[in-house]
Amino acid sequence: MLTAILALGALALVFGLLLGFAAVRFKVEGDPLVEKIDALLPQTQCGQCGFPGCRPYATAIAKGEADINQCPPGGQTTIVALADLLGRDPKPLNPENGQEKVEKTVAIIREDICIGCTLCIQACPVDAILGAPKQMHTVIEKECTGCELCVAPCPVECIDMIPVKEDIGSWKWKAPPAPATRPRAESDA
Amino acid sequence: MKEYALILLSTVLVNNFVLVKFLGLCPFMGVSKKLETATGMSFATTFVLTLSSACSYLVNEYLLVPLGLEFLRTMTFILVIAVVVQFTEMVMHKHFPLLYNVLGIFLPLITTNCAVLGVALLNIQESHGFVESLLYGFGAAVGFSMVMILFAAMRERIAAADVPLAFRGPAIALVTAGLMSMAFMGFSGLVRV
Repeated sequence: MLTAILALGALALVFGLLLGFAAVRFKVEGDPLVEKIDALLPQTQCGQCGFPGCRPYATAIAKGEADINQCPPGGQTTIVALADLLGRDPKPLNPENGQEKVEKTVAIIREDICIGCTLCIQACPVDAILGAPKQMHTVIEKECTGCELCVAPCPVECIDMIPVKEDIGSWKWKAPPAPATRPRAESDA
Repeated sequence: MKEYALILLSTVLVNNFVLVKFLGLCPFMGVSKKLETATGMSFATTFVLTLSSACSYLVNEYLLVPLGLEFLRTMTFILVIAVVVQFTEMVMHKHFPLLYNVLGIFLPLITTNCAVLGVALLNIQESHGFVESLLYGFGAAVGFSMVMILFAAMRERIAAADVPLAFRGPAIALVTAGLMSMAFMGFSGLVRV
């Protein structure tokens, strides 16, 4: 009885030590900076920055190959957060990458026009479009990030971007208005 | 030498672990929908099976038998297999990242493959030596891989075939597996003992 407990315990201890050693010895180092940058990006995977997704863009920023102002969905908020993280000066969004959208939109397919070509399905970075060849497609509204990548490939132009209606589920606190360059009250003096 | 060849032949064809001994059926049915994943699973299993069958032989021979603890065999072997899988995964992640990406999720899944435990236990039952255990494990894995890849290829065809409604999905897969198993029974006449 005691031998059994001791033997199994010793075996487990040896294995535990072996695995613990292996975990240290064979540790794979990811770049922690990439993780942090990736966490700040909006994860729309829209590719408007010129990279095939948010993580590649984060990698490029970490390597210094890309600037921090190339993310239209994130807008000024993301740029400021990135500047904070990297200790750089925030700058305005690069107009070459696109405009910051004022309101959140989702794609909607006019289903009577859709010819079922599947081109938009292939364009969608988040798999939010459902459909099959020669069958009508539709957008899963909950998954759509509003990146507009599906609009251009559609041959019959049946995809519209519509603003998201605000309801109890999607309502969020408005950010307080930025206390930007407030003119100094001169009359006080 | 002849014995070793016989062990290989017997485990790959005559006593195939999946189709004759009916071990390791979960990955056989579960990961055989696509040829690529089946191939990945096969390679991972081959590696782990060979290694774990050697390791469990050593543990049994030099720890359990001298201490008279044979009754702990099953439990100990599960421990050994789990450790081998974990260790393999770590080493692979570090040194063969490409292979690690291909095998991905299949590596940890092997821990629960009953063929792995079955091989370790059968080794003891048939009182194999070290080299024999190693070969037995390797042969079992090769047999598993072969059947797995064949089955996956067949399932890919079946997916496109016009199967009667009542047989679609897992039903036709099980029927196929049964037919394969029957075909493998033919090998039992291959070696006369």
